[in-house]
Amino acid sequence: MTEPLLDVRHLRVEFPTRRGTLLALDDISLTISAGEILGVVGESGAGKSLTGAAIIGLLDPPGRIAAGEIRLAGRRIDNLPYEQMRRVRGREIGAVFQDPLTSLNPLYTVGQQLVETITTHLDLSAAQARRRAVELLASTGIPAPEARVDHYPHQFSGGMRQRVVIALALAAEPKLIVADEPTTALDVSIQAQIIALLKKVCREQGAAVMLVTHDMGVIAEACDRVAVMYAGRVAEIGPVADVIHRPAHPYTAGLMGAIPAMDADRERLLQIDGAMPRLTAMPPGCAFHPRCGRATDRCRVDRPELAAVGQTQAACWHAVTEEV
Amino acid sequence: MNRPLVEVEDLAKVFDVSPPWLNRVVERKPRAFVHAVDGVSFSIERGRTLALVGESGCGKSTIARLLVGLYGATRGVVRFDGNDMAKSLTSRQALPLRRRMQMIFQDPYASLNPRWKVLDIVAEPLREHGLVDSDAEARGRVGELLSSVGLNPADAEKFPHQFSGGQRQRISIARALATQPEFLVCDEPTSALDVSVQAQVLNIMKDLQRERGLTYLFISHNLAVVRHVADQVGVMYLGRLVEVADKAELFARPRHPYTRMLLDAIPDIHMTGRARTPVQGEVPNPLNPPSGCSFHPRCPLANDRCKAERPALVPVQGVRVACHAVEEGRAG
Repeated sequence: MTEPLLDVRHLRVEFPTRRGTLLALDDISLTISAGEILGVVGESGAGKSLTGAAIIGLLDPPGRIAAGEIRLAGRRIDNLPYEQMRRVRGREIGAVFQDPLTSLNPLYTVGQQLVETITTHLDLSAAQARRRAVELLASTGIPAPEARVDHYPHQFSGGMRQRVVIALALAAEPKLIVADEPTTALDVSIQAQIIALLKKVCREQGAAVMLVTHDMGVIAEACDRVAVMYAGRVAEIGPVADVIHRPAHPYTAGLMGAIPAMDADRERLLQIDGAMPRLTAMPPGCAFHPRCGRATDRCRVDRPELAAVGQTQAACWHAVTEEV
Repeated sequence: MNRPLVEVEDLAKVFDVSPPWLNRVVERKPRAFVHAVDGVSFSIERGRTLALVGESGCGKSTIARLLVGLYGATRGVVRFDGNDMAKSLTSRQALPLRRRMQMIFQDPYASLNPRWKVLDIVAEPLREHGLVDSDAEARGRVGELLSSVGLNPADAEKFPHQFSGGQRQRISIARALATQPEFLVCDEPTSALDVSVQAQVLNIMKDLQRERGLTYLFISHNLAVVRHVADQVGVMYLGRLVEVADKAELFARPRHPYTRMLLDAIPDIHMTGRARTPVQGEVPNPLNPPSGCSFHPRCPLANDRCKAERPALVPVQGVRVACHAVEEGRAG
């Protein structure tokens, strides 16, 4: 196996507050290879967006990386000074956020925004950059790109705006794209178009994509591997088909049972009682034990590390090995 | 057969979105109207669930608000247990009628007053309708209601911010149940919730329906959720119903091309790596809807008739569909 493009090791993110330090991400390790789409899934507050923010170096203060390291193509990027990181961002890492309206500047045409990004990162003249902007818009499936390049963001619909944001992220041909809930604000019909676009980009440019979402359907459709997060930790990571069909972690199994299926009729959905613990009141041992049907005394004291279960890795003392 | 509990006939709502008078005069801008709901008819049998699905802006939430009387209809009739709602809500009967229908809103953060204790929130409809005589009685009823949605009676003393999203939505359900209604209008009740919490809320709603024989109008954009809760499904596009069918029939044999596209577009966790067929194009601007069938610019089966003539919702093989292609047998 080749060296992964993105290598996150034992990442720990803390938020110092007046009432003590909150541990928001705890010992996150994951890798993405070139041309691979890694899904990061979890419920609100699991830390999935925070993981993305830490990788692109956009943690909101007072949040900070307290331990661990992030390597992009072998080079450490978590301790770069701000100016250097600014160059990495955009040139080597492209970012796509949830709300396309707030990630575009309403006062500039999309062409001006694309040209600015292109000339910042690539050695091109203004005219060349504009040509490239039109190409980018065309490659993301925007009709009549020559005319649309001079339009303002408000003149685009939600789906088209998200295409513009993806075009912006691709402007400098980055090696890694971090997409944080890129389809959440869109209707299902548009969502399918955007997912198809991300897959095409990944295939054609050989870019690595980290796709953060809470939608298991999107994960199943778009990703090669998936990391399931719970309470700031990785609960399970592995190939998509294995995680979905043979979940090893009880939380993953519960999550799968809770999703209304299109092909099976169940009178009741499987429900995980309770809610995810708050950062201020993290239980000792395994963070999932208060909601887990398999919890034993050991789970209440000892914290499980990720360990291989079949094709996947799960952090659980009582990983499910049989078919659920 | 009994008469349906809720009957809606040719319901329409037009919003005036014209620019202000001065702009119209100075800039010669025309008046503008959005036909948010445009001639919708359906009925819901007692104890059953009708789900309305559709993409943003198709008018499904407007229908919810029209049904409970939060908006007045531009045209059409809503009958609840035989009573014409528009007439009844202005008459002396309004209060007893309102008691029998309640609404659950989408956002559990916006629909609960942050300055009120849960006790006051859930007891408000009880007091408003004169269903309790004393504070002690109200307290007792609120305790029972909270228990019925899986919360602790002691939670009545807390404020909404002390609860998670799923717990807040249960408080909304408890409030809606306070007057012992027969009909609940649920406008995207779980779309603000995480899946594990969504499962809790959907299970509670199904349990309550079984125990109390409730009738639901369930609005959602999530077809998988709709498949789980509904008996009947209505698919909406740009303010009109394009297909109404029993759940099993709709999911097994979708007739309307838009329904087929929607079903194809859903990502399914059990079909890993399946390339879904993205729906072509986007929802048109409701201010300027296409001529004829409003779906024709995105429809693979569209012909000249579809561009000129608007299809009516007609019975086809036991379901109701508004499509020329299906009617003519071109849909395959």
